[in-house]
This record gives sequence, C-alpha cells and structure tokens, in this order.
Amino acid sequence: MSDKTFVLDGKTIPYAEGQTIMQAAMTAGVYIPHLCYHPEFKPHGSCKLCTVKANGRQAASCTQLAQSGVVVESNTGELNDERRALLQMLFVEGNHFCPSCEQSGKCKLQATAYDLNMMSTHFDHFFPDRPVDASHSDYLLDFNRCILCSLCIRASRDVDGKNVFGLAGRGIKSHLIVNAASGQLADTDFTANDKAAQVCPVGVILKKRKGFAVPIGQRTYDLNPISAMPGVKQD
Amino acid sequence: MVSDTERHATYLDPILERHGFAATSLLQVLREAQEHFGYIHADAITYLTQKLKLPRVKIEGVATFYSFLYLQPRGEYRVLFSDNITDHMLGSAALMNQMCQQLWVEPGKVSEDGLVSISTTSCTGMCDQGPALLVNNIAINRLTPERIVNICELIRKRVPLSAWPAEFFAIADNIRRRDILLDSSFESGSALNALLARGSTETLQEIKLSKLRGRGGAGFSTGSKWEFCRAAHGTHHYVVCNADEGEPGTFKDRVLLTGYADQVFEGLTLCARIIGARKGFLYLRGEYRYLLDHLLVVLQQRRDKRLLGSSILGCADFDFDIEIHFGAGAYVCGEESALIESLEGKRGTPRNRPPFPVSNGYLDQPTVVNNVETFAASSLIALRGGAWYAAIGTATSSGTKLLSVSGDCERPGIYEYPFGVTVAQVLADCGARDTQAVQVSGASGVCVAAQEFTRRIAFEDIPTAGAFMVFDHSRDMFEVARNFVHFFAHESCGFCTPCRVGTRLLQNMMDKLARGNGSPYDFAEIEKLDQLLLSMSHCGLGHAACNPVKDTIAKFRPAYDKRLKHHEFEPAFDLDYALSQARQMTGRDDAGAHLGESK
Repeated sequence: MSDKTFVLDGKTIPYAEGQTIMQAAMTAGVYIPHLCYHPEFKPHGSCKLCTVKANGRQAASCTQLAQSGVVVESNTGELNDERRALLQMLFVEGNHFCPSCEQSGKCKLQATAYDLNMMSTHFDHFFPDRPVDASHSDYLLDFNRCILCSLCIRASRDVDGKNVFGLAGRGIKSHLIVNAASGQLADTDFTANDKAAQVCPVGVILKKRKGFAVPIGQRTYDLNPISAMPGVKQD
Repeated sequence: MVSDTERHATYLDPILERHGFAATSLLQVLREAQEHFGYIHADAITYLTQKLKLPRVKIEGVATFYSFLYLQPRGEYRVLFSDNITDHMLGSAALMNQMCQQLWVEPGKVSEDGLVSISTTSCTGMCDQGPALLVNNIAINRLTPERIVNICELIRKRVPLSAWPAEFFAIADNIRRRDILLDSSFESGSALNALLARGSTETLQEIKLSKLRGRGGAGFSTGSKWEFCRAAHGTHHYVVCNADEGEPGTFKDRVLLTGYADQVFEGLTLCARIIGARKGFLYLRGEYRYLLDHLLVVLQQRRDKRLLGSSILGCADFDFDIEIHFGAGAYVCGEESALIESLEGKRGTPRNRPPFPVSNGYLDQPTVVNNVETFAASSLIALRGGAWYAAIGTATSSGTKLLSVSGDCERPGIYEYPFGVTVAQVLADCGARDTQAVQVSGASGVCVAAQEFTRRIAFEDIPTAGAFMVFDHSRDMFEVARNFVHFFAHESCGFCTPCRVGTRLLQNMMDKLARGNGSPYDFAEIEKLDQLLLSMSHCGLGHAACNPVKDTIAKFRPAYDKRLKHHEFEPAFDLDYALSQARQMTGRDDAGAHLGESK
C-alpha cells in the first residue's frame, strides 16, 4: 500500500505530491461541493463551500495540500448545514431568479443548492442594484447573478492574457468590473473566443441571441445532480 | 494642445520617479496622486496604466479597496469623524451633526460648492483624547462644540490646513505607567553593539530564551519566527514592522513611534541582521500620516550614526535600510499576509496559508512581520539578555504589555504592566468607577464583566493586542456590541463568502434589534451565524466578528431583552421603517406619514 493516501469520509484516497485534497478527491471520483474551484485554474479559496475538516480542523479543500494519513471529513451533516447557509448567503447577496434565468439547469449555484437540499433562501434578501452591461455586440453581463468566484478574472488573466475582468470595492460592496475607462464590456478587448467567456458557473456572462437552445428539463444538472459530477467528466 | 492624460503627467511623473515606476508602489502612488485633486482622476488612472504597466482593473481594484482613496470628487476639506464607541461616548455623533448643520452638508455627501465632505471612519487611534476626526488625513482631537465652530469657520474661509492653529493638531502621549520598556533610557546603537559583540546566532538564542511573544495579539514566539525565517531559503529576506494599529481602542503603537521610534527601528535592524535581511518596511496606518516627518528625521539620524544604510557600525556585510509604506484605511491589512499584499501594492486580501510569510512573504520571499511593540522589546532583550526578560511577567507570558486605556475612567492613556496584572488593578490605576464592563483587545477581543475583574492580562488568561476600553453602568452594552458589528461589516475585505455576507447579515440583525423589533429567534440566528463565521471564514476578522455579540449576549442579556418586541418571532420587514426613505424624500414626519405602532 502506498503511503501517499489520506482518508476522505472513510474512503482511502491516493494523491500525488503537490495535489490538493480537492484535486485528489476529484481524481478519485469523490465530489466535494465547490463553486470558485475549477480544475483548469489556480485555486482561489474564496467561496468556502469546499471547506472540509482535515484532522478535525476546517480548511478549504481546494487550497489545502493533501498529506499522508490525514483524516478528512466532508460529507457530514454539520458541514453540509454550513454549506447550505453559505449558499443561502450567496442567493440573498445577489438577485437570483432561477425560473427566468437562461442558465437554469446549467448553473452550478442552483445545482449545488438542489444537491444540498436548500429549500429556501432563509436570510433576508439584500436586493442590490446591479445594472446589466449589454454594451458588447455578442455578450451580455448580468451582474445580478455574480457570486464573486473570480473564475472569469483568472481565465482572462491566466489563459487569455487579457485582464478583461477584475474585482473592485471591499466587503459587501465587492463587485466585478471590466477593463475599460467607460466601465463597459464593449470597450474592452473581450471576444467570444476568450476562455473567460466560458467559465462563469452562474449566469453573468451570457451569449447574446442564443437562448434556451437546450430545453429546461434536459440540461446538464436536470439530468444528473452536480454531485454525480456530470460537468467534470466532460472536461 | 495637451491631451487629457498628459495633463496628469506633470504631477504624476515626480511621484512615479520617486517610487521607481514600481508596480509594488501602486498604493503609495495612488495616495500621493490623490493629494493633487483630492481624488484620483480617471485620466490619471489611464496614465498610470501606461507608466506602471498595470491593467486598469488592477488599479481600480486597489483604489476602491481602501477607504481613504476616492475615484469621485470629495470636498476640498475631507472630514472624517472617528466612529469608535469611545468617540461616541464622548459625544462624537452630536459634534458631527453640528458640523453638518453649520456647513450645510449631509453626512457622506459633498457640499454643493464642493468645499467639504463629512463622514465617519473606523477608530483613528485617539481614544484617550477623543472625540477625534481626520481632516484631509490629518488628526484633530479633543473636539468640543467650540472647536467645531472654529473648524467650520476655517473651512468656510478656505484657510489652508497649514495655517490652522497648531494646538488643533497637538497629540498627547498620555503615558501613565512606565515599566521596563517605557522607562528605558535607550541609547541609539546600544542593542546593535550588543548584537555584534554577542553574535547573531547567540542573540537569536537570547530572544528565544526571553520567551518574547508577538505583541500584535496572536502571541506567536518571536524567537521561533525569526529562526524559521532565517532558515528559509530565498534570494532576499525582509523584515516588516506592522504599525497598522487598526484594532478599535488601540493607540500604543502611535505612542511608541512618537517617543521610542529609535528603539523600534533598532529592533528591526537587529532582526534584519539575524535573518539576513537588507531591506525593511514600516507599514504605517494612514491615520498616523502626521508622524511621517518625525519618523523620517529619526531614520536619517540613524543613517548619520551609521545605524542604518551600508556597513552598519562598520561591518562590511551589514547593510540594511527601512522604507515607510502607508496604509489607506483598511483594518484587514493588520493581518500579516494582507499587510504583505498591501505592501506589494495590491488589494489587502489575506492570503491562503500555508505557506506562511516566514517562508513566502513579501515578493514570495522569507519575511518576518512583527508588531511595533515586539521590535521595541527585542531591542531591550538584545541589550539586557533573555533571562532578565523572561523573569518578568508570568511563566508563559514574559515581559510587559502596553495597554491603551480609554473610555469611562479619569486617566485614559498608556499603561505598561508586567504580564499577569489583573483587570481590577488596571481599573483602580486609571481611576475607573462604577465599571460595568471592559472590552479587552478591541472589537475582536473579549468583553469582561465585573465578576471577572480578577482575571489577568496574559496569553494564558486574557490575551490582548493592547486595547482596554472601560464602560461604566451608564453605558448600553448592546450599543457597544452594535458599534463593533458595524465596524466588522465595514472592514470585511469581501474575499470569502461567510465574512462578506455574514458580517452584513449580523449588522442587519443588530439594527433590527436596535429598532426594537427583536425576538428570541434572532438570538438563535446570531448563534448560527457565529458558528458559521468561526468555522468557514478565511481569516481572523471573520472568526472574531461575532465575538462582541456573543460575549454581550452571554453577559449582558438584559440589554438585549429590553429590545425584544415579541417573545416568539418578529419579521425583519417593518412597514413603517420601509416608509422612512419616502418620509425623508418628502420631508414629512407627521402622524399621517407613519404606519403601525413602531417608532
């Protein structure tokens, strides 16, 4: 038996040196809920949904390196309760109206909420005022749905080499901005071919003139829950 | 014809040159650039993107993170009232109201003639001589209605700050009790001479022997930190002095940097020799901008005495110098990894740890970050030995601690005690009467009730970064907690979900209680939030954000109970409260403009 293993919810998980708990779990086909993590990008560790207990101590599994012999708890009542509360926070922080959203059924926030049995948003809604940016000819930005995962920021910076997106403000006023003095996407060098155009886990970055191509009920997470990792297997 | 962007080159070029066109100086450049118009002009950002080779999103991201940087015009005179609970207890709200009325301006807005803007800011570190404010980043204390009248007059007449009466800017040290640190007649260079005589390795042993622990609050062993950093591989090593003293109620680092800067800088230099650093930083909170000239003089004196610069004290291989970096209104930058991000000219977001700064700090190089007081103490230890220091205080908390005492007492100010002093002793010494509670170590610390006054200030009992705020029985402990909750919501960096949203939810709940709409259900909700913040937050800010509420609910329950409207459930939505905006817009406040029984 290799000593490069750890235990995740009772299951022995092998890992390679330098892998995080999340990476090793994904490789082994074990799902840990997450939103700001994406296997192609440098981990960010901000949504905190992937928090696990490693030897009894909370840690974000997307940034915590796997270590030999560590006992990791993830799929527990306590952690899932807390994850549900985090999801509820993300829902009340923005304006999420799933029934009218083009991403419904493809949205990781919605899918994770279904998967963790989130039945209501629980907290009082903040109803922030977030104007839509429809300036670009091919793409629309609906900031109402932004969960500040920074995947578009990382994709544009690290893959596209462009820095189209960035984070501004502090605290609850944190928000996504685009790289133009006008503040409008049309005045950036963003194109439909950018990696950043494809990574939004929710419904902020939307292609124009293409709506409901796949009927509701037949979309990725309508067919399989996100914990079955349908999105990951395709990647 | 000069283009819009080039118009900014005239004042930006000298700033950029002074900072070597380095992207790591972005925050410093923005601070200085702002002084030209009182805000950072959009075209100035365009110019900086070219000169610093940074994308606009990056510059705007930094500029919008720090409270003291503005992308929109502010008043020619930017007035910020310190919003700490101790300022409130001294009447700051009424004084701010008076100023707003006299100058015809609404809080948070700019007057129509662009002359003045008035708002609040987190604790400015003047709690022993409040109420306090900052005008164009310069501190004015001991506000009274008369002083406000005078300030309004000066603003109206557009008198430049440099011509305002000097006594407005006088800042007292208020040192009330001295022990080994404040009593030392420290001689420049004496600790460095002791270091060179004894050797670096041996001096590190003395620091370890002294059992000195970090004075910023966390209490990590200073000797171990220096040893780890010394052993860590890197092309450069760095030493950073954390003078971001942002914890509400703390002001001891201000006093140390005023009267003991030489000893602090000597501590940094010692550390540099031990870990092999050639460059150090003093990260100074923006609120202490007025200290700059004094600190630059001290640094220059040390260079003149060959205690800084190249070949220190004639040692050919001992080169070290210290640069001063300013913060710009962000409490979270007191967290060491956020401070390092800020030093690198970025948003002050705490890093994912591990790795820790001792191995991967400034520019990813091994870095020691210590508190001002820690460096001052290390100079003493180098001079007088570790065993001497370890014999003072308690077994696990060696040495002395500076307390910043404020609130309801006769003699607020700085008190230095050996660790182990009881809360009761401090209260007796500062002339506190009829004390209901003491908030030790600021908003993130512990609220101590009367039955606990025999407890001791020490890492093993009540650890503290230094704040000691006293509340007598006339004070409403609910309002104390609510003030701290607002502080955390304002200062959350927004990086992680639980702290970004949770601190705001908590603020909303406390405001709901304050409007008299609470129910026991809210207590259960607060408890759940507390657990979540503790479990899921990215850094200590989120972990501590519920402390004040948790402590005061446990110890001062009647202050909460009297705000309960019903004893089961009460919705947050309040029809009458929802109408308040409409009332403000229409200027009505008659009975017909109200609904229901609520105020």
